[in-house]
This record gives sequence, structure tokens and C-alpha cells, in this order.
Amino acid sequence: MDGTSENLIEIIDLKYSRGSRVIFEDLNLTIKRGEITALMGPSGTGKTTLLRLITRQLVPQQGAIYINGVDIATLTQQELYQLRQQFGMLFQNGALLTDLNVFENVAFPLREHTKLTNRLIRHVVLTKLHAVGLRGAADMMPAELSGGMARRVALARAMVMDPEILIYDEPFVGLDPISMGVIVRLVRRMNDALGITSIVVSHDVAEVSTVADRSYLISDGKVAASGSPDELKTANSEVVRQFMHGMADGPVAFHFEAPNYAEQLLGRDSE
Amino acid sequence: MRALIRDTYDTVHEFVRTFGAFQLFFLRLLRHSPRIVMRRPGLVVTQIYNSGALSLVIIMVCGFFVGGVLGLQGYSNLARFNAEDSVGAVVALALLKELGPVITALLFAGRAGTALSSEIGLMKATDQLSAMEMMAVNPVRRILVPRFLGGVVAMPFLVAIFTCIGLFGAHIVSVDLLGVDVGAFWQQMQASVDINDVREGVIKSFVFGVVVSLLAVWEGYNAIPTAEGVGRATTRTVVISAIAVLILDFMITAVML
Amino acid sequence: MQQTRSVEIGTGLFVLLGMSALFFLTTQTTGGEKFSAVETYEVEAHFENIGSLKSRAPVAMSGITIGRVTSVSFDPLTLDAKVMLVIDSQYDQIPDDSDASILTSGLLGSQYIGLQAGGSETYLEDGSEIYFTQSAIVLENLIGKFLVNAGSGGD
Repeated sequence: MDGTSENLIEIIDLKYSRGSRVIFEDLNLTIKRGEITALMGPSGTGKTTLLRLITRQLVPQQGAIYINGVDIATLTQQELYQLRQQFGMLFQNGALLTDLNVFENVAFPLREHTKLTNRLIRHVVLTKLHAVGLRGAADMMPAELSGGMARRVALARAMVMDPEILIYDEPFVGLDPISMGVIVRLVRRMNDALGITSIVVSHDVAEVSTVADRSYLISDGKVAASGSPDELKTANSEVVRQFMHGMADGPVAFHFEAPNYAEQLLGRDSE
Repeated sequence: MRALIRDTYDTVHEFVRTFGAFQLFFLRLLRHSPRIVMRRPGLVVTQIYNSGALSLVIIMVCGFFVGGVLGLQGYSNLARFNAEDSVGAVVALALLKELGPVITALLFAGRAGTALSSEIGLMKATDQLSAMEMMAVNPVRRILVPRFLGGVVAMPFLVAIFTCIGLFGAHIVSVDLLGVDVGAFWQQMQASVDINDVREGVIKSFVFGVVVSLLAVWEGYNAIPTAEGVGRATTRTVVISAIAVLILDFMITAVML
Repeated sequence: MQQTRSVEIGTGLFVLLGMSALFFLTTQTTGGEKFSAVETYEVEAHFENIGSLKSRAPVAMSGITIGRVTSVSFDPLTLDAKVMLVIDSQYDQIPDDSDASILTSGLLGSQYIGLQAGGSETYLEDGSEIYFTQSAIVLENLIGKFLVNAGSGGD
């Protein structure tokens, strides 16, 4: 795949709603080839939903998503599966297949999509496991791994088909500082050494700042701000400041939408 | 009143919709089946092992005691008419036509069906199915179809084994313990059991295998992806399977008579 | 790979066990002689009373099953039961004056038709009728007769 343009993914005027709840409206963003792009936002803004839209596990009501210049809404099931082979995705908890050991988990995409010999598969898998530092854990079952280790195995699995795009869904959540540091370093290293384009979804401002080339802050179904982490920190939009500096009060309200407090207490909200 | 009518309408509507979705799901599994059987028979073999071989112990223990109690009841009740020699015939017909398929199906739903539902539900809850989808592997084909086929293949064998062990149990109780003549036991059985009775049992076991496996896979696949949702899916598998098996048993028996 | 091997062995044993169970059930629990001839010819017989004779009941001669009953119906013209039977074509030399009677296998067993050879030179063929028939023995009638006989004999 040779880069024809530097924009690998373009999202144009995206609208997506679930039931009557609008999740995204007029969302526009581009992801540049070879960069680490962070998608940030408060919990519940639909960051994971956006990932599912990009990988077409969900289909938007309006707008289009172009990957390598192709509108993914037009793909057939088979073309979609071909496209997905260029993706590697790291799920929040790793999503390792529980009935296979670490080695077989990493080998899984190879066994499903290629006709490589066992020797070759072994070679590839051990290389990838070595890259994440878990070659020694090849025979363990997923249940025996710690959270950080599971995520590293999942990373090895995501890389095993040599994807063009690696997607990380909340890679830093619930990890101790050491594991977190390991993952941050791995994200950076994969990106630079293999020329992969990375998308990191996170609400962890500090970690993202150290790793991302470009960040999008999503709030209220739109891109609230974009730029390098430093640019975001100094931006003077209220939402951005609230999020980047972790303030309880601001445009993102502390209270979830609710009927008038006094009226509800007095029981006047019933019809 | 209006609310009641609307609720009823919604419930019926939802039921019909679910039922339709269930049929389509069945067709989807069938459509993917030939490819899996041809290209990845190993996956099906593993599931025959999980659903069949691992259910053997419970099937054999229950079969033995069901046969034993049939022998005991058959003997003591037939003895009132001086017809205790017919105990072999009674036990064989009951096991072949009814109790073998039905009890095996209920046990199968409890042992293998719940295992399938909770396994698939957990895979869904822990994003394993989504992860597969992202690795360009169709989870319906890779996960659901082999499990469904494994159950369908295992069930008739389990029923046959259950029935044989049941006869063995009845033999021990009525011949070895209660003193029915061994020749009379087998001769009366062979005189009254027809090949059609065996066929009826096999047809039932096949139908029950399809229904229970399908329900188990369906409930797991449609489970709400939380711990509670998976638990509820597992319970529903047992309850709905039991109802479906008993209703179908009546219908098949009525048609085959 | 060790695990895969044991799964395969387990499955193999399970399937073998299941198949032998099925084989046992089909061969050992069912009656041995079942009528399954391909070429048959059909004959008709009228009985005054057929008892509980059903279609598919065997037709036997000297204890060997040679055919089966295909239908049992009431004949409104002759006011008796009309029974259609098929007989294996390999037994094509049964005298047409043979005698058909409805018998019971065992005390509580099912009923079947027994043929007793006659002495005629012509044989039964497709469409012919067995004229000499003997009805089923109905237990109530038998007891009734026995009581009547006992009553008259005791005098």
C-alpha cells in the first residue's frame, strides 16, 4: 500500500444517533498517515462508538468515512474483511480468546487467513511475542495473565498480520504505572519502527500527551478542538480547558440531564 | 385499557419479530455449515467432544437409574396382571420412543446447552466476538456454526447411549434382582419393538439436538454482554429448551402415530 | 498439540460408542423376522370378525413370515371385514384353497394371519381371493360358549 495522499482516514459530516440520542453530528476529522492520532473526550462521548464506525462495525446515518480514499459504506462484506486485514485493533481488555493459549491467540489471524506452514507461523508468532517482551509466556492461558500482559499479547496479535493501521481502545485504563509505561513505549515504538498509523482512544490526558502527534478532543458530538497536545493545553476554549485540566465544573455539567430538582422532589413530575 | 391493548400488541409484535429473527439465524447457520464441515472439520470435532463426550458421564448415570426405575415400576405393576415377563417390552418401548430422547435432551440442555450459552455470552461480553470481527473472521462461522453442528451430531449418539444404558439398568433390576426370566425379557422386547420405534426415537433425538443446540447458541449470541446478561441467557436456554422439547415431543408423537 | 490429540481420541471413542449403541438398538431390541420383500402379489380375504388385527400385521405359513396385511376395511356389500394382504412373490405356489385364520402370538401378543396349505393344483396369484377363512377368537365369545357348555353339561 503506497500512500497516495497523506490523509489515511477522512471523516466527513458524520452523523450517528442511537435511538433518539444523537451521538455525533457534523463530525469532521482526518487521520494522517504515519502519525499517532489521539481521540480524547469525556466518558460517554462515544469514542468507542467512533472506532466502531471507522471499522464499520456500525454504519452512520449520514456522512461518509473514507479510508485510503474509499468510502467504506460502499464495500461488500468480502471487501470489508479485506480492509479489516489492514487493521489491527487492541480492545480495552485485550479480548484474547479464552480457550486458546497465548501462542495460539497470536497465531489466530495467521491460521485463519494464510496457509503458512507451522514452522513459519511459529517463527512469526515468536518474533511478535518477543517484540512485546512476552516470548516466555507463549504457553500460558489468557486467564493466567495480568491485565498489562494480556494487553501486550493482544498488541502482538494485532500486529501479527502487519497492519497499516493500529487502533488502541483505552490502552491505558486500569494499569499500574509500570505496565502503563511499557504500553506507552510500545505504542511509540510500533508506530515509528513499522511505519504504522496509530489511533489511540483515551481520556488519559497525561499519557496521551507524551505519545500523540495530534489530538482531537471530542465533546457534544463534535470535534471541540484539535492540534498537538501542547496546543490543546493552551487552547482557550472552555471545554478544552475543563477536560485537559480535569476540572469538575465547566461546560460539561456535573449533573446528568434530569427534570427540575425541586419539582421532582415535590412529586410534580408525574403526568 | 388502551395501555393494556398496546402492551399486548407490543408483546405479540416483539414475539413474532424474535421468532422470525430466530428462523433467519437458523438459516444463517445452515448456510455457513457446509464450508465449515469441508474446510475446518477439526473445529466441529472439538465441539462434538465438548458437547458429546463431556456429557457422557451424566447421560450414563441418569440412563442407568431411569432404566432401573422403569424396570422396578414395570415389574411391580405388571406383576398385578401376572405379566411381569413383558417388562422388557415396556421398558424398551418407553426408553426408545419417549424417555430416551426427552430426558437426554433435557440433560443435554442442562449440561451442554448452558455451557454453550455461557461460553458464547462471555466471549461477547469480553469483546472476543468483536475482536474476531476485527480480525476479519466471521464469528458466526468460526464460533457459532461448529458449536451448533457439534451439538447436532452429538445428540443422537447420546440418546442411543442413554437408551442402551437404560436397558442395561432395567435388565439388572428386573432380571438379576427381581428374577424375571432373561429369555422372556428379551423375547417379549423383540416381539413388540418394531424398527419403526427405533426410527421414531432417532428422529426425535435429531430434532431435539437441532433445537437445543440452536437455542443455546442463539441465547449466547444474543445475550446482553454483561455478567448478569450472560447468567440470564444461560437460564433461558434451559427453560426454553425444556418447553420446546416437550412441545415438539408431543407434536412429533402425534404425527408419527 | 497434545491436547488436540486427546480431544480427537475422545471424540472418536464417543462416536464409536454412540454408533455401537445405535447398532445394538436396531438389531437387538427389535424382532428378527421382518417382512421386507420387494416383489409381492396381493390377495383378498373376508373374515366374519378380525378381532384386533391391524395393517402391517404379519402373514405367516408354518410360522415363517411370508407377507403382511396392507389394509383392513369393512365391506358394505358382504357385511364383513375385507383384509388385503401382500405375499412375497418367491412363494408363488400356495394352493388357492388354502385356509387363512387370525391367530394370536402369545397370550397378550398381537394378532397375525396364519395360512394353512390346501390341496388344490392351482395357486394363489395377484388379485385372487382366499375363500376359506376363520375369524379371530374373541375372548368374550369363547368364555360365553364355555359357560353355556358348562351349564348344559353339568345337568
